[in-house]
Amino acid sequence: MEPIIKMNQVSKFFGEFQALNKIDLNVNLKEKIVICGPSGSGKSTLIRCLNRLEEHEEGTITIDGMELKDDVENLEKIRAEVGMVFQHFNLFPHLSILENLTLAPIWARKIKKHDAVDLAFHYLKRVQIADQAHKYPGQLSGGQQQRVAIARSLCMKPKIMLFDEPTSALDPEMVKEVLDVMVQLADEGMTMLCVTHEMGFAKKVADRVIFMDEGKIIEENNPDDFFDNPQHERSKLFLSQILY
Amino acid sequence: MKAKIRWAKDNLFKGYFNSALSIFLITFFAWAFYNFFNWLVIDSVLLGDADACRQASGACLAFIVDKTRFIFFGFYPETEIWRPIIAIFIFFIITFYSRLKSRWNRRLLYNWMYCGLVIWLLMRGGYFGLVKVETHNWGGLPLTLMLAVVGMIFSYPIGIFLALGRQSKLPLIKYLCVAYIELIRGVPLISMLFMSSVMMPLFLPEGYSPDKLMRAQVAIIMFISAYMAEVVRGGLQAIPRGQYEAADAMGLTYWQKMRLVILPQALKIVIPPTVNTAIGMFKDTSLVIIIALFDLMYTTKASMQDSNWLGFSVEAYLFVALIYFVFCNMISRMGRLFEKEFR
Repeated sequence: MEPIIKMNQVSKFFGEFQALNKIDLNVNLKEKIVICGPSGSGKSTLIRCLNRLEEHEEGTITIDGMELKDDVENLEKIRAEVGMVFQHFNLFPHLSILENLTLAPIWARKIKKHDAVDLAFHYLKRVQIADQAHKYPGQLSGGQQQRVAIARSLCMKPKIMLFDEPTSALDPEMVKEVLDVMVQLADEGMTMLCVTHEMGFAKKVADRVIFMDEGKIIEENNPDDFFDNPQHERSKLFLSQILY
Repeated sequence: MKAKIRWAKDNLFKGYFNSALSIFLITFFAWAFYNFFNWLVIDSVLLGDADACRQASGACLAFIVDKTRFIFFGFYPETEIWRPIIAIFIFFIITFYSRLKSRWNRRLLYNWMYCGLVIWLLMRGGYFGLVKVETHNWGGLPLTLMLAVVGMIFSYPIGIFLALGRQSKLPLIKYLCVAYIELIRGVPLISMLFMSSVMMPLFLPEGYSPDKLMRAQVAIIMFISAYMAEVVRGGLQAIPRGQYEAADAMGLTYWQKMRLVILPQALKIVIPPTVNTAIGMFKDTSLVIIIALFDLMYTTKASMQDSNWLGFSVEAYLFVALIYFVFCNMISRMGRLFEKEFR
């Protein structure tokens, strides 16, 4: 089957600094990938290129048969199919939880308001905060906000979900409630790319772990082999540093 | 009572220096108020003519009474004064009605347009049996209010577009906006009014000359837009990048992102400087005096030059200052109300 994400020789520069160095990566439908690596290794840049929050300079990226180019129409179509969850949630503070969830379906998907509300409640129930629908983001805990952010992305019925360090801004006791939602999502067969250092999560759901350093993919393996028996010097060093 | 005495002891009379300062200031203000009160009320002349005023030591309120109509309405025909009064009344009603955010919808916008049209027809006349009053006979408070309110209504959205343009990725739009903002901000309003009055007719085709009031209004709108643009830009910059990215990632278009996510937050942040600009503009309208539009300030000055009533400029200035203060205070209160409404 044709991979849903195809990255071919993708490079990205920030001025002189090369953030991505000739990345080749294919992701199949329903595949779950965990990306890890030291800070500045380009892992966030990689997934941000997939919905064009960053523009790559060289190589090609194809999402579900559509190539990412400077073509606006195409871009918004792709973005509607790719959900993203950010480290700092990025909920819209001036809108209620419900409005946060219905905004994009109404305006980008053009669905009717009451359908959007039904959809929003469906996903709010799934992340178990339907009772908070009429509050504002500032009134929720970090873990609740991140679950709302996940529900907000799901309301667009994306084919792919990107997670950019979704638990690293959370208080420790709230990490689990967010990971639970992500595991549930993985079990339902969502295609997922997660930048995370949550090893337990990686072992539980990942089909592949990708280790990056200096803009390159250094190692690619299934999670058990990667964590127990890393092949590369740099992977070994990294794992020895993060496992206390 | 006991609590008040304790409060005074703790706050006004704590230590020798503090007590001395308090006593000095209280005495000074009591003295100043006493004199002012004597001048304004006890020794003043409310009814009478200029001679009666000159013999008294107090304020000449008779002068203000005699000139009130002229100060408020300028050369607007005396028999038609009810028209600007009703116009101002309509304006106050719609403004008061609009104070609650929950009432802001499309219908309210249409109501504003409708009221604007009614006010214009009422002031200008020439229809429905109303005597036509040309704009050069408009003056006083309606003129000042119109210049300020119409100025704000137009310069607010123009300022928003300029601020967005300044952040645009398209170089042509970006530099056009930057050039406009910097150019206008680098020129005093008074010179723009002058240009609108003297130079603009030179550039327009012969025989086509919009009236002076309209030209002054356009100059004010152009001027304030540049300031509004910078106010709005301040708000746009205060919005975290994550908000833009989240809106982008959901597939919203640029205009959807701005209208639904960024501007509602940015404009809320800049309510205080926006109110500041509005108050500044309200007072700056008094500069139209240099192109001989009879705004509130000019009607006041003209009143002082009436040969029957020479020498009462203090009364006139205090009177017009009071009017300006009342309106600026209303704008400021409205600003605080909006801050509460949008919290």
